[in-house]
Amino acid sequence: MIKCVIIDDEPLARLIVKEYLQQYPEVEVLQECNDGFEGVKAIMQHQPDLIFLDIQMPKINGFEMLELIETPPAVIFTTAFDEFAMKAFDNNAIDYLLKPFSKERFDKAFEKWLSKRNTPSDINDQLTENRQRTADENSRVVVKTHNQIRIIPIHDIIYLEAYDDYVKMHTTQGMFLKKRTMSSFEQGLNPNEFVRVHRSYIIKLDQLTRIEQPEKDVHLALLKTGAKVPLSKTGYSRLKVVLGMK
Amino acid sequence: MQDFTFNRFVRIYITIGTIFTLIHAYILITFNIPVKQALVDASINNILILLAGVGTYNILRYYKPIRESLVYPRVWAILQAIIITVIFNAIVRSIYVDDDAYINFLNTSKLIRGVYNLLNITLMSVFVFLWFLFSDEQKKQQRILDAEKLNREAELVSLRQQLQPHFLFNSLNSISALVGTRPEEARKMIHQLSDFLRGTLRKDEQETILLSDEINHLKLYLDIEKVRFGHRLSTNILADSEVLKCRIPPLILQPLVENAIKFGLYDVAGDVNISIICSCNTQFLTVTVTNPFDDQTSSPKKGAGFGLSSVQRRLYLLFARNDLITTSHQHNLFTTIVKIPQTV
Repeated sequence: MIKCVIIDDEPLARLIVKEYLQQYPEVEVLQECNDGFEGVKAIMQHQPDLIFLDIQMPKINGFEMLELIETPPAVIFTTAFDEFAMKAFDNNAIDYLLKPFSKERFDKAFEKWLSKRNTPSDINDQLTENRQRTADENSRVVVKTHNQIRIIPIHDIIYLEAYDDYVKMHTTQGMFLKKRTMSSFEQGLNPNEFVRVHRSYIIKLDQLTRIEQPEKDVHLALLKTGAKVPLSKTGYSRLKVVLGMK
Repeated sequence: MQDFTFNRFVRIYITIGTIFTLIHAYILITFNIPVKQALVDASINNILILLAGVGTYNILRYYKPIRESLVYPRVWAILQAIIITVIFNAIVRSIYVDDDAYINFLNTSKLIRGVYNLLNITLMSVFVFLWFLFSDEQKKQQRILDAEKLNREAELVSLRQQLQPHFLFNSLNSISALVGTRPEEARKMIHQLSDFLRGTLRKDEQETILLSDEINHLKLYLDIEKVRFGHRLSTNILADSEVLKCRIPPLILQPLVENAIKFGLYDVAGDVNISIICSCNTQFLTVTVTNPFDDQTSSPKKGAGFGLSSVQRRLYLLFARNDLITTSHQHNLFTTIVKIPQTV
């Protein structure tokens, strides 16, 4: 038996996937979801083998939804995004169907997955690292705390701190953990607002109150919240450039 | 401004020539030349000058003297004066071959006639030259205006054609889904989509249309969106019969509402109501579009930039005003207000 979940905000878009799946009696559609929140819940609950996922959906998009799941199932994207946009996300682990798609195209994608289903892949890591983010995604970060999904606007970030495979996001709403690399964060942030002051730290510029120098060659950034963030040598000179001290 | 056509040139040119002829004849009469003879003399002389002028006109069509070097035009004028005087003498002498008094008069007035012809030709040439100068200038201005208009048209068209491919593809996908189970609904949606697309194609940019027509077009769009999103989307449109007679450039409302729907549907997880309220006074038609949004997670600034900028640009190109669209937000409602100037 193959367990499936369909996540799309348009009822008719889900209908056609269901219809195309009728040809495969071994497939069972366990749930249809209207948005990413329902999607996360359904995936946790059913542990499906395969999901059909739309990208543009209410509140959080399909990619952001996947980021919230520790070990995401195999994904076939169904989207009206144009082909060029999808190329940016293209890799071997994922297939995508451009709406409206034919039965033949659907079968091809499904059978491609069938033939590969036992080769493990790490979709999540690839998604996190290799893809370009949309403008929406660069203005917010979606995190999961206990059983709640929260959308943190970028401007609420005070500073970011590397923490193993995670990043500690210190925000006005508290601290959140996000599985993402520092450089991936750095790429998406506005360089006039956020500065990478250290291999492990990115600070928001308007949170900076002063720079302290407790010893020779040691610099600390003092933030409005009272937090002290170490500055590396390159980080310190980068900060000076942004502040116009150089 | 009147055009510098060849016909108009000929009319003015002949009028000037006639006046010169009459003056010429009048002067001759004061020298005791008989009226008929004076008129013949003046006519022949001035017709020759007119012909010379036409020659100059034709030359200037292909060759424009450079401002710095006026040697050629001067030489040309002197040459023309000499030739005209010679031809003139040949003609009148052959007509009045026995009239000694007149021949005598011709001989004594030879120099003054030459000078007179030179002045006359110079005057005519200057006229012809100025004619071309202004004509070229007008053509240049016209070209600039045409180019600007063309640019504006092209920009307007391209702005309007930023019809979301997303919308089109998703609608086609819905139709594809309906075909299997509910073919009647699929057919209906094909018609709705066709009517909507036809409406976006055939509108003339510069023409305004009745608000009632614009709203009908908007309703086609909303019907399609409601098939796509089902019960999640509801709308209400408020416009009384007086307001429906106001005028609006085509396809202003649909992008605004599309913006509101996108903003609403993708920012809020539950049901979404979009309200469109139209009102009118003598100066403006005002349309207020309201959609829900989540003030916790999205910055309204981002929402404003969503799809409004192209409408704003269109209104600027049409009315040369940048203040016709305003947005505001209160609690969980985002409001877009567009004002359309009403010309009486």
